[in-house]
Amino acid sequence: MTNDTKTGQRPLRVAIVEENSIRAAILLDGLQDAGVADVEVINTMTHMLRRLSIIDPDVIIIGIENPSRDVLEQMFQVSKLVSRPVAMFVDQSDEGMIQAAVEAGVSAYVVDGLRKERVKAIVDMAVSRFNAFERLQRELTEARSQLASRKIIERAKGILMRNRELSEEEAYALLRQTAMNEKRKLADIAQSVVTSASLLEK
Amino acid sequence: MRVGFIPLLDVAVLVAAEEHGFARREGIRLQLIKDVSWSNIRDRLAFRQFDVAHMLSPMPVASQLGLGSNPYPCFTPFALGRGGNSVTLSLELYREMQAVASLDGSEDALANAHALKALIDRRRHEGRKPLVFAMTYPFSSHNYEFRFWLAAAGIDPDSDVIMTVVPPPLTVDAMAARAIDGFCVNAPWNMIAVEKGVGRIVATKADIWPSALEKVLGVSPDWAEKNPENLARLIVALDAAARWCDDPHNHHSLAEMLSRPAYVGVAPDLILRLLKGEILVDPNGGTRLIKNYLMFHGQAANFPWISQARWIYSQMVRWGQVAHDGACLAQVEAAYRPDIYRSALAGSATPVPAIDSKVEGVGSSSTVVPAAGGHLSLGTDAFIDQRAFDPSDIPGYVSGFAIRAK
Repeated sequence: MTNDTKTGQRPLRVAIVEENSIRAAILLDGLQDAGVADVEVINTMTHMLRRLSIIDPDVIIIGIENPSRDVLEQMFQVSKLVSRPVAMFVDQSDEGMIQAAVEAGVSAYVVDGLRKERVKAIVDMAVSRFNAFERLQRELTEARSQLASRKIIERAKGILMRNRELSEEEAYALLRQTAMNEKRKLADIAQSVVTSASLLEK
Repeated sequence: MRVGFIPLLDVAVLVAAEEHGFARREGIRLQLIKDVSWSNIRDRLAFRQFDVAHMLSPMPVASQLGLGSNPYPCFTPFALGRGGNSVTLSLELYREMQAVASLDGSEDALANAHALKALIDRRRHEGRKPLVFAMTYPFSSHNYEFRFWLAAAGIDPDSDVIMTVVPPPLTVDAMAARAIDGFCVNAPWNMIAVEKGVGRIVATKADIWPSALEKVLGVSPDWAEKNPENLARLIVALDAAARWCDDPHNHHSLAEMLSRPAYVGVAPDLILRLLKGEILVDPNGGTRLIKNYLMFHGQAANFPWISQARWIYSQMVRWGQVAHDGACLAQVEAAYRPDIYRSALAGSATPVPAIDSKVEGVGSSSTVVPAAGGHLSLGTDAFIDQRAFDPSDIPGYVSGFAIRAK
């Protein structure tokens, strides 16, 4: 099969080892956009080796935060089941590509003899999709923390309105003024109000 | 400097160096970065995300020999200590062994291996599936020690059982789920398996070969070339930290440090018992007190013996990871750098061996080697099979094993 891939006759087969279903979907989508139709996702560590030997991929993509990388390492040492893929890092001719991959947290194992430009296209795609996923995660975290901030400000306003008999606008203005004076975030001030109120609760 | 590590107790010296001020005293700071796999440790050192790293003692040897994926040649000038590994079998398997070989639980590691051999023979006769045993990485002390222990009782790890890799934090769960029947891994995972009632410790590193180095400080040669002064300071800081870690008076503080989520993240009292060598081996309450279960500094535990690099190579040859070739020995020796250790610690209070190589496993009596300003006693040193290793005769040593890769 290695011979086939050398001449580019057999369509490329890619395995994605990824437990996070969103990231797996993003990668899958990217590969299909890049014209790789034959993609298998392995989403669990159980039977990973057996699955890989059945799939017999030309390229394996796995995130570097996945501890299963050491499992693959052993497989490449002892097993003839998979046609002996090697880490793409071994060919260090394209340092820029490798650096970008490591920084994005992508590692790929590639069957020896696969044409370099094909590998590069796939790895570049994986890097950009990993980065896109990171961005998504970040945005999600930010959105969550914004929501949490808004909730905490509401609670702080409520406390001030009750304890100091202020209107909602006055309570908000007091929080804002305090935040400006202390050069801190509005949400932090609100958190202090909520915390101190809870300490005073009887 | 950036230091990669895997959350295991034998990262202690690196953690103490930073947290207890030994690094600062030398004018350096360690940024400790937790990672999840040895493959990452290797690759992030290669791609300059780490300057130095907590590594398995065979990794620098493998890297110099070009073994494994992305073999980036690195070296070690300093070992991070000895000990900590154990072979743990599933409780179910151990109870079967007890029944077959009438074990009462007080047997030594070799008797346990013979009982396992008897059970494996019986299981084969009954047509049952082969047992599955896990270690953490193909080029690991765990792989070679597990195999050494099995083979010492006549079990061929390549044909009588299935050897696989499971990352350390997943070993206990894998055993509980019956995906594996045994594993060899460093502390604290062995004792956690026993405490959870799923595993039985049947052999420790101290039973298989007490003076074996466990983890080492892996160094990027690019970084070392640009920062020789910092490397020397790091060795001095680690030497002081290692001495501090060995002192029982400091074990409370050390256990507390290691228990933090940023490091190992398990309960401090469990860590403390492991540091003291109070090993719970059976969920029924059976314990062993193992002197020097973890040794960080004493008996030249930090010295990167060329003879030990050669022993690692002998095991790679034994199990068919690499063919023996005398021309490879220069690469093997490039992996361990006692010369750098010696020059960094020249004139210090630490006794430094004056030789780079010795016959390993000479017997049960204490080994004494010449050291700067006198002699240094290294404690008992026998292999579980009682054969000594002469580093100048690797082919003879390997062919003397009845069980080896054909």
